[in-house]
Amino acid sequence: MGNTLVFVEHRDGEFKKATLSAVTFARQVADKTGAAYDMVVVGEGLSNVTAEAAKYGAAKVYVVDAPALKDYTDMTWAAAVAAVAKQSGASVVAGAATTAGKGLLPRVAALLDAGMASDIVGFGDKGASLSFLRPMWAGNVIGEVEITSAVQVASVRGTDFDAAEPTGDASPVEAVTVTLGNPTQRLVSFKATVSSRPEMTEASVVIAGGRGVKSKENFKLIEDLADVLGGAIGASRAAVDAEFVENDYQIGQTGKVIAPDLYIGAGISGAIQHLAGMKNSKVIVAINKDEEAPIFDVADYGLVADLFKVLPELTEKLKARKG
Amino acid sequence: MKILVTAKRVTDPDARIRLKADLSGIDSEGVEFKLNPFCENAIEEAVRLKDAHGADVVVVGIGTAENDAEIRRAMAMGCDSGIRVEGTDDQLDSDLVARILAKLVEQEQPDLVLLGKQAVDGDSNQVAQLLAAYLGYPQAVFVSHPEGSTGMTSGKPGLTVTGGKLQAMREVDGGAEVVEVDMPAVISADLRLNEPRLPKLPMIMKAKRKPLKAMTMADLGIDPALKVKTIAYHNPPVRAAGIKVADVDQLLDKLANEAKVI
Ligand SMILES: Cc1cc2nc3c(=O)[nH]c(=O)nc-3n(C[C@H](O)[C@H](O)[C@H](O)COP(=O)(O)OP(=O)(O)OC[C@H]3O[C@@H](n4cnc5c(N)ncnc54)[C@H](O)[C@@H]3O)c2cc1C
Ligand SMILES: Nc1ncnc2c1ncn2[C@@H]1O[C@H](COP(=O)(O)O)[C@@H](O)[C@H]1O
Repeated sequence: MGNTLVFVEHRDGEFKKATLSAVTFARQVADKTGAAYDMVVVGEGLSNVTAEAAKYGAAKVYVVDAPALKDYTDMTWAAAVAAVAKQSGASVVAGAATTAGKGLLPRVAALLDAGMASDIVGFGDKGASLSFLRPMWAGNVIGEVEITSAVQVASVRGTDFDAAEPTGDASPVEAVTVTLGNPTQRLVSFKATVSSRPEMTEASVVIAGGRGVKSKENFKLIEDLADVLGGAIGASRAAVDAEFVENDYQIGQTGKVIAPDLYIGAGISGAIQHLAGMKNSKVIVAINKDEEAPIFDVADYGLVADLFKVLPELTEKLKARKG
Repeated sequence: MKILVTAKRVTDPDARIRLKADLSGIDSEGVEFKLNPFCENAIEEAVRLKDAHGADVVVVGIGTAENDAEIRRAMAMGCDSGIRVEGTDDQLDSDLVARILAKLVEQEQPDLVLLGKQAVDGDSNQVAQLLAAYLGYPQAVFVSHPEGSTGMTSGKPGLTVTGGKLQAMREVDGGAEVVEVDMPAVISADLRLNEPRLPKLPMIMKAKRKPLKAMTMADLGIDPALKVKTIAYHNPPVRAAGIKVADVDQLLDKLANEAKVI
């Protein structure tokens, strides 16, 4: 069995923490198969991100540094990752189930003639060697899948694999050159979501607002509560569609999957597709004026009330408690 | 321009899917089947591009004869012809679907292949990317309308096609990006690409007479071997029932003293 190759995610040289859940996955695969794991960094001007990646116990950190790879495109980066996987004889290629991981890893799978399992949340015990657990039907079913190809590709959910800790050693680094054809996919522009709050997937508290919040201006009620708790903000699809907040804040089947210590949802009905993204939160609080709202089925604490009345009260009383 | 677009048949996205008691698969008793919502966005976009630039739109479903209903619906939305490749869901994985579509692309030679970002049953989110890689095509996946909700309802395409190139806005972690791809290319639609139209009765009638070709994987010379097999189904963990609190004070008390999260 060859090594697991972990795709290192970064934006313009800034290491993405999401990668660390894929490292934990790779460590667990290593425990099962006895093989080690490597990492691969792709882009241009990669010394910082490579140094960071080298802290996590990889047998080797492969670096593909080339001007043609400066901007992330699924096509060029996938070609680079697949080339390194071939050259290193990897048996498993893994990455975080972020939008980059989702865009790139299936392409890597096709280039390696490999099967892929998306959004892995754990390992199964029915399979011969490695089998993976993954949510299907918006998380209402957990499928156990086995990949029959020689190479296997997996994307990993951050909510189910804790971030790996550094080992204290530095991995050896190896530069790899790959030949890329003429690029037919190009990045034109990137508009970052600007926020001073923590990222939803990394925060221990998330305050989410839905259609019930009614306007972009009213979303301040959600933000104020998030700020007093040092939390992140999130939203339902309806709130994003209505442009109360950017798409980056959508929680759910087609948005982000989160599992914070505390989730508070206000003015959110709790559609299946929203629950798919937050029902593994440790403590769930729902604020909704409709006592029949399905979100109460998963809430540890439900408050049937008008959010316009109770959100400011909650924020004020929390402020008072904190002194 | 020629466009190939997909119409997968899936369980009703709003149905609460449960496993059969013996865990052998989902209990589809009383569950309706529908067009995959993301395919609906892909089809709507194909038709908007047809309205804007002129195009021949071919819709493909890989499924049993029941899948003809979704293919007909796509034709009622404005697709010109249909192809159904025979296969049951348990005979398919994303890889095989991509290999079938790659074969059809070879035959049909479209300028664009439009798919949904994911199928709401398997939630794999792989086919568009696999297909693009098999064909050596560029991809723009998870695309939305650059003009937001106004653009979604405008009837205008969210994809900009000029001189053999296509620009699209993609929803990505940390923001939104605009990508440009040379055509032919593979695109996958997110839900905010557009608001799919409801087919009107005359279009539904007209769709009944549009050509729909049935094929098998053998006709296409495709190896039906799967790379990913679902070997078991499990129920997700259940949450213990919660309580209703009377007011903000009780909520704060519970969060501080029982849950200990504040
Ligand atoms: C394929 C597919 C994928 C989807 N993916 C996602 C996804 O990733 N994430 C997601 O969230 N949704 C997703 N959806 C949409 C989902 O089905 C719901 O439509 C959406 O979650 C509803 O958002 P909401 O709860 O904010 O709005 P609504 O369902 O309209 O609920 C609003 C709630 O606010 C309450 N309310 C109103 N006023 C007040 C008040 N003053 N005080 C207190 N409560 C109030 C109402 O009682 C109601 O329960 C998806 C749908 C499909 C078909
Ligand atoms: N059986 C099928 N028939 C037609 N299109 C499909 C089929 N399965 C998947 N697709 C397309 O591929 C997309 C992604 O599917 P998946 O990777 O399975 O989540 C879907 O949104 C469809 O556009």
